[in-house]
Amino acid sequence: MMGFISYLVNGISLGSVYAIIALGYTMVYGIAKMLNFAHGDVIMIGGFVVFTTVSGMGLPPVIGILISVVVCTVLGMLIERIAYKPLRKASKLAVLITAIGVSYFLQNVALLIYGSNTKSFTSVVSITPISLADGAIIISGETIVTIVACIIIMIALTAFIKYSKSGRAMLAVSEDSGAAQLMGVNVNATIALTFAIGSALAAIAGVLLCSSYPALTPYTGAMPGIKAFVAAVFGGIGSIPGAFIGGILLGVIEILGKAYISSQLADAIVFAVLIVVLLVKPTGLLGKQIQEKV
Amino acid sequence: MRQMNIKALNKTTKSNIVTYGIVILAYLIMEILMRAGVVSSLLQGLLVPLCTYVILAVSLNLTVGISGELSLGHAGFMCVGAFSSAFFSKCMQEVIPVSGIRFFLAILIGAAFAALFGVVVGIPVLRLRGDYLAIVTLAFGEIIKNVVNVIFLGKDSRGFHISMKDAFSMGLEPEGEVIINGPQGITGTPNDSNFLVGIILILITLFIVINLVNSRTGRAIMAIRDNRIAAESVGIHITKYKLLAFTISASLAGVAGVLYAHNLSTLAAQSKNFGYNMSIMILVFVVLGGIGNIRGSIIAAVVLTLLPELLRSLNDYRMLMYAIVLIATMIFTSSPGGQAFRERYSLKRLIGQRKETKEAE
Repeated sequence: MMGFISYLVNGISLGSVYAIIALGYTMVYGIAKMLNFAHGDVIMIGGFVVFTTVSGMGLPPVIGILISVVVCTVLGMLIERIAYKPLRKASKLAVLITAIGVSYFLQNVALLIYGSNTKSFTSVVSITPISLADGAIIISGETIVTIVACIIIMIALTAFIKYSKSGRAMLAVSEDSGAAQLMGVNVNATIALTFAIGSALAAIAGVLLCSSYPALTPYTGAMPGIKAFVAAVFGGIGSIPGAFIGGILLGVIEILGKAYISSQLADAIVFAVLIVVLLVKPTGLLGKQIQEKV
Repeated sequence: MRQMNIKALNKTTKSNIVTYGIVILAYLIMEILMRAGVVSSLLQGLLVPLCTYVILAVSLNLTVGISGELSLGHAGFMCVGAFSSAFFSKCMQEVIPVSGIRFFLAILIGAAFAALFGVVVGIPVLRLRGDYLAIVTLAFGEIIKNVVNVIFLGKDSRGFHISMKDAFSMGLEPEGEVIINGPQGITGTPNDSNFLVGIILILITLFIVINLVNSRTGRAIMAIRDNRIAAESVGIHITKYKLLAFTISASLAGVAGVLYAHNLSTLAAQSKNFGYNMSIMILVFVVLGGIGNIRGSIIAAVVLTLLPELLRSLNDYRMLMYAIVLIATMIFTSSPGGQAFRERYSLKRLIGQRKETKEAE
């Protein structure tokens, strides 16, 4: 029983990271209707920036994280400006391939700078672990920070979108970008802002992910990126609460699958659950049903 | 009266003959160059994988280009074809000593198993659309890869033994032989693939795909792609035709897998050969070659496989260059600015043969 609870806590922690990444995916998808395959690699860049500033230059972790957030935000906006903006009216596949190109680009830049050796990441969290039930359950500082960060981000993002002017502009653009433009919303600026927020979240996710799983390579971001994408689809892509629920569920399923069924089949189980959910509810858990018109 | 001279052939037929011709010509040129001894061993080693990629690209073009469904799990079907055929060849190595017959049967088995998986995956998946379909095919591909990695299969005098845990739990007799060894895969598959076989398989693939596209069935598939509801209203059975295209595509990917498996001494399912990265790479061939353009897929597969090799002198920078080429090509071909540039400086216009500008896609 105690084992189950500690697996569950670990699952929620991993799920929180997925949720933060999935939020970025889902916002970008909602507004630009594109699968940003490079999102996972922004996570990796975020991790490397903290690695350089904290482990390399000896700056305090908080400053390192701030620098990482700034770098990733700028990077996200640059990627949008250079690679995606010219293709806004192009076919979906062309944008997808460009995103894959950007993903290769980021991976290879990291490979050139840092090499292919695995870097061991020093955790930025210095909270002492909490032990419950006479030490039967130990919750690490990283786990607590990750879960708390995810909840804060979730609340802040929902409030931002609901109550701020630019947040409501985002909603308007994702609903109907043409109509939003006619109402005086600056569509280009809104899309750029979405990429900025998504990439800032990716930086935070990168730091949290690397603190819990301290191996950092140029390919670190790829698999969590895909999983978070799965989480976003799972919850209904384009929906912010959906990304949160999808992320948490995915993390819990992965950790429980690893613990009780088979560690090699954990990924297969995650993907199988996704398939079952989509077959029952083809737009994900909280996705909107789109009416087809002739 | 029909005349069988070149002029009487219609445009499609001519274009198809050019496609077959390019493949045969490429084979002859390579063969002559190899005889002359000017081809490096590195390039010679690339020939069979090159054929594999061409078959994969052409078959994926059937799903993505002709049928209009974005599939990111093509490598999964290749994996099924590779493992089923390698298993067959390994078991039959003593029973059928003639490599030609054995390899022919292996191809049939690989194609049949991949087609079977195509149907099994296709029935649920093809209900979904667009990005959802993409992510579910990706998921299926990853599941296939992961499951293959935990299969242990051995043979002894009492028959076959299978386990999902490890090689010992199969309970083999001492003289028994482990055929599929989990993550280590299959070792010692007979080396039956060669460049000529690869080219023949490419020609067969082309024959199947090109004839399908130009048939009544192919036109039905393209009608569904262009407007599903209109196609349904004129009585085209949507699921049947979509599934047909998906299954044929999967089966051809299986054939590519057979070719791939019989070129290696050790076949293991890793993320770099059967993971989503491979599926994405094939998709890149298809998109850069031109969606729905069969000849384009062939050329893109060859050029993009050779490009990183030609850039080998750039060492670490070659994959970076590859990424930049990818982004630049997409922006150049698909952005409004790039298209305007192409129209302004197109060869046709410079020569003076003005043609009506095609409607932008």
